[in-house]
Amino acid sequence: MAAPPTGMLELRGVTAGYGQFTALWGVSLRVSAGEAVAVVGPNGAGKTTLMRVISGLVSPREGDLTFEGQSLARLPAHEIVARGIAHVPEGRRIFPMLTVADNLKMGAFLRSARRGYRDSVERVYTLFPALAERQKQRAGSLSGGEQQMLAIGRALMSRPKIILLDEPSMGLAPVMVLRLFDLIRRVREEGYTILVVEQNVRQVLKLVDRAYLLEVGRIKMEGRADELSEQDFVRKAYVGL
Amino acid sequence: MARLTAAAVLALIAVAPFLPMGGMRQYALHVLVQIFIWSFIGGAWSLMGRFGLISLGHGAFLGAGAYTTTLLWNFWGLTPWLGVLVAVAGAVVIGLVLGYPCFRFRVVGHYFALVTLAVGEVVRLLVIAERDWTGGSLGVTLKASAGEASLAAIQFADKRVFYYASVALWLGGLWVWRRVDRSMARSALEAIGEDETAAASVGIHVTRFKLAITVLSAALTAVGGVLYAQYFTYVNPDTLSGIGVSLRIVFAVVLGGMYSLLGPTVGSALTIALSEYLRVLFGLKFIGMAETIYGLVLILCIIFLPAGIYGSLRAAIARRMARSRPSPA
Amino acid sequence: MIDPIFIAEAALNGLLLGGVMALLALGLNLIFGVLDIVWIAYVELVMLCMYLVYFLVTGYGWPIWLGGLASVAFGAVLGVAVHLLIISPILTSAAINQFLATGGLLFFLQSFATFLWTTDHRTVRLNLPIIEVAGMFLSFARLIAFVVAILAMIGLYLFLRHTFIGTAIRAVSQDRDAMRLMGANPQRVYVVTSAVGGAMAGLAGALLIIQYSVHPYFGAAFGPLTFMICVLGGLGNMVGAVVAAVIMSEIISVGGVMMSTEMGYVIAFVLFIVMMFARPGGILAKRE
Repeated sequence: MAAPPTGMLELRGVTAGYGQFTALWGVSLRVSAGEAVAVVGPNGAGKTTLMRVISGLVSPREGDLTFEGQSLARLPAHEIVARGIAHVPEGRRIFPMLTVADNLKMGAFLRSARRGYRDSVERVYTLFPALAERQKQRAGSLSGGEQQMLAIGRALMSRPKIILLDEPSMGLAPVMVLRLFDLIRRVREEGYTILVVEQNVRQVLKLVDRAYLLEVGRIKMEGRADELSEQDFVRKAYVGL
Repeated sequence: MARLTAAAVLALIAVAPFLPMGGMRQYALHVLVQIFIWSFIGGAWSLMGRFGLISLGHGAFLGAGAYTTTLLWNFWGLTPWLGVLVAVAGAVVIGLVLGYPCFRFRVVGHYFALVTLAVGEVVRLLVIAERDWTGGSLGVTLKASAGEASLAAIQFADKRVFYYASVALWLGGLWVWRRVDRSMARSALEAIGEDETAAASVGIHVTRFKLAITVLSAALTAVGGVLYAQYFTYVNPDTLSGIGVSLRIVFAVVLGGMYSLLGPTVGSALTIALSEYLRVLFGLKFIGMAETIYGLVLILCIIFLPAGIYGSLRAAIARRMARSRPSPA
Repeated sequence: MIDPIFIAEAALNGLLLGGVMALLALGLNLIFGVLDIVWIAYVELVMLCMYLVYFLVTGYGWPIWLGGLASVAFGAVLGVAVHLLIISPILTSAAINQFLATGGLLFFLQSFATFLWTTDHRTVRLNLPIIEVAGMFLSFARLIAFVVAILAMIGLYLFLRHTFIGTAIRAVSQDRDAMRLMGANPQRVYVVTSAVGGAMAGLAGALLIIQYSVHPYFGAAFGPLTFMICVLGGLGNMVGAVVAAVIMSEIISVGGVMMSTEMGYVIAFVLFIVMMFARPGGILAKRE
């Protein structure tokens, strides 16, 4: 399936970093509506920086960032969310002392999402029954896998057009990882566009349509998931893990 | 070059009381004495402040120092030369009582600042509570010694003596600051200031270092308080303890530059000059207006000159130099 | 030996005062929890609101309840003003600069009040009765203030628990960046928080003016006490603030009757210092 010429989310030559340190060099990528795309690479490649640039927590120094044709550069994070980009951050970052229900409520903070918030909550509970069971529980007391579920559910509450997932499998036991990717598949089937950043190459390639390889801040390779699975680096990575 | 300037300045300071001032001598000396004493106190505070130990309660040490010598002289005729030793001991005890548990239990940042605030207030309230012998909020006056001038009682009619005494104290403070700046302790304390756990893991005895600098700061502040009491011959819990005076000290140091030798001096000189100017300007006409403007200036300075005057100047100069330098290809 | 009835009376008075102090501590805590800044001049805002009520009631003949409402509104406006003019510019500065900025505000407000209204004490004479309960004399004003404070705290609790913006305030105090990813503009959350904090100061002002006289240095007595209560209860901890407020007020009240007013304060502050070493996170914090 070839990617259509105009992508929903597009990065062109993005260079970004923190202070003196540059984490990304001239990164270009695109995600089209309805696609699931992965960015894989080793530790320290700049994957999290990439996510933070897209969601507005970090400003790019050079390059262009557009969503549905409109530039995202220099927009503050909360406005980027309002455009329809939901970011599930690294480490989940759920609100530990709020209940599951309250966490989901916060996901619908946007004015546009607040009106239909009860419907959104119902949809999330249907998708993730485990969360429905634990509605009144303090989020901090959930297991790692349940917290990840909550973080994803929370992102869905803002009725996003695209969901960014930053290292969702991090810190989860192998059994949970499989369950997690199942979950993400379910979300995908609901029709959401997904951009996922992952270290677990093998699992994520089974989930997505296309992938990019990010190494030391640059895109080294890109292509269809099934083609990339045959590549050496995937085999090496799997053995390394 | 720097040495020559320093020598010139010192010479100027030395002869200042004898320069013609057109009848303003007494007033000028009065202001200068205050500047030197508060610069010394500011320097003492900065020994803690520069390492990240922000104290909002230095009024406790100041008040302890001033009241100890004053009361010992008034009630028992004890010469302030010995009284100051008791005062310093008292301040050291307060410093230890405050510091040891704080540092042992890692009370830092906002919590530490508020604890020091509490200690300052405790001293102020104790003074007011024990009004029978401290005079409460009305303060207490230093009993005059027999005769015009008395070295034993550290009371002199001639302001010039106090002038030289305060200069000597100020120079002593600068010397201590230099010694600390050049010592091994400084590196240890800077490491502690940056990352306590890392410092501890390298074998730096965090609590001991923090306690040492706190006690030094407390002791010096108390000495400053003693000279203040001897000069003004009147002490009052609100001018010497409590949050007001503590904040003023901090403001002067931050304005002048917390990390430099002469920062506290510059800051104290500026804030006292401002204070005096406003006081003279408004006199008794608009009570409270002088202080109001002082507060306003403080707020504006903090918002617009966060690095203090020295820091902002350096940043401005650095920017100008960067602009004139050709940018790398 | 002091008649136990006086101690009981002091204890009860302490509880009633504790209610209002809790209101103050909650306001300060709310702001600290969300913004990570201690408003050193918080009680000075209360002082300004007290003056407002005084002038409205004695100067313009307003009924006290209306003056109280005006005070709440005025407090909210003050809160927002302080945030926009002073806090916002120094939000990312070092802690010491934040202390100095709000400290400078303290000097400014105290002196400005002196300039405008002199150091005379002003009282609102309401002629509310003194009621007798089991041999103890209680001021009706203090009782009313306590009840209103409790109602306000319940209102605050409901606001934080059940409204969107209230939950957002709680969320921001737990994880500021995550809340930005929810589409919340942090500046707006700060402004709302400052308004609520200011409104509580306004309410506290109205409740205090019917019990105490106001003068420019009112903050000298209540200010440090409010900080102590906040820290004792755990900065950012709401329940802790209420508990700490009651404890400190009790000590001051009972200590004041058994010794002197100042000694009551001294004991309370010494307790605070001791508690800092025993439980640096506040009395309700779990031991690490």
